[in-house]
Amino acid sequence: METKEYQALVKRRAARSPVVKNCAAAFWCGGLICALGQLLIYLYTLAGMQRRDAGTLTTITLVFIAALLTGIGVFDRIARYAGAGTLLPVTGFANSVVSPAIDNKSEGLILGVGAKIFTVAGPVLLYATLAGVVWGVVYFIITLFV
Amino acid sequence: MQSVIELQKPVEIFSSASAVGKAEFEGPLGDCFDFHDESEKFGQKTWELAESELSHNVLALALNKAQLSHSDVSFLFSGDLQNQCVASSCGHVEEQIPFFGIYGACSTCTEGLLLASLTLNATKEQNIAACVTTSHNSAAERQFRTPIEYGGQRTPTAQWTATAGGAFLLRCGTRAPHIVRVMPGVMVDGGISDPNNMGAAMAPSAAASIVSYLRLTHTRPADYDAIVTGDLGSEGSELLSILLKTQSVDISEKHLDCGKLIYDPANADCHAGGSGCGCSASLLSAFFLKKMGAGEYRRILFLSTGALMSPSSVQQGKSILGVAPVIEIVRGEN
Repeated sequence: METKEYQALVKRRAARSPVVKNCAAAFWCGGLICALGQLLIYLYTLAGMQRRDAGTLTTITLVFIAALLTGIGVFDRIARYAGAGTLLPVTGFANSVVSPAIDNKSEGLILGVGAKIFTVAGPVLLYATLAGVVWGVVYFIITLFV
Repeated sequence: MQSVIELQKPVEIFSSASAVGKAEFEGPLGDCFDFHDESEKFGQKTWELAESELSHNVLALALNKAQLSHSDVSFLFSGDLQNQCVASSCGHVEEQIPFFGIYGACSTCTEGLLLASLTLNATKEQNIAACVTTSHNSAAERQFRTPIEYGGQRTPTAQWTATAGGAFLLRCGTRAPHIVRVMPGVMVDGGISDPNNMGAAMAPSAAASIVSYLRLTHTRPADYDAIVTGDLGSEGSELLSILLKTQSVDISEKHLDCGKLIYDPANADCHAGGSGCGCSASLLSAFFLKKMGAGEYRRILFLSTGALMSPSSVQQGKSILGVAPVIEIVRGEN
């Protein structure tokens, strides 16, 4: 069998991820996390905080919960089911920073944790910052004319 | 040119041992392995050291079973999946056995047995060689994929690196199950670059080795009680069958794959099955050699299949090469 023919066969045969099931799981798990976030905002506001501070504290709380669940080895099990549901909210970002930190602890705080903590989140950090800079410049130029 | 080497002195595997981690122990053959560790740390602080300890312990057990000590062994062929083969070197430093560190990805077990057989044929009759092969899921995940606690979903064709090890003691002889013929594998590039479909990357090399071996030895699949591949998993096994059919070879009644055997198919994490060089090594010791000892199999072909790649080669879009060395094992004479 020719290589091209084989590649086509493999591609044709390979079972695809169950998209509908994954989407449904992501929808309700992600929704639940967002609902939890909304609940936290209400609670923090009830406790007397400004709306903006309550939002910030909610983000911090969700990051803390995700980091804790990663640390005790539960997050990846939930994420295996929830997929994008846990990945997209801030919980996924927390997991992507904490998991390499735990992993590379064995190589020390500098060359292990320090050097490798952003191996997963690095691209997001870099390109999000870069996009912010680009948009800042665009915004600045727009304000010159408007 | 590829050729089958007929061993002038057959090499018997007179003692062996196997050990696994949690998921493998919970698999359908869990009771067959000599020992397991639920924590998969084997009493060590890091995953890498855990694999070294696993490598050390399986060899110690194989020696113990034969009532031998490390000083009785003339050659050690040992391999694993870690960078620079370091699980093997760290695990056997204190034993002071002349050491060959080998890397054949998941084909390492067969590669080691093949090299040990040739070495024993070329050296003193009474020499003893040891072959040890290990893989560790957590050490491999860290090195080849994402952090262990990273939460993500895997594709259905992905395989699970086994936390497993096998050790074998060999010498010239025919009383125990013995290797009579060997064939080094040729690397085959099937053009597959998806690391989540290693079965597809390795199947062409398994097919090529099986076809060559049968042709060069003038044998048919019916001449063997089992044709065992290393870790093609469910996807790779089916591709192997398709590839062989295009060459009019049918091994469906004889084919067994270690990657398909090691895990419970209901275990959702393992998807297409097991991989890692410890997978075929542990099952050769715990399952196939035991079956040969019990007289259930008289003659088997054993070919671990290796996917040759590194994280960099995959990221640079290079296709994953397959290699499948073959050994033919015959039941012992008593």
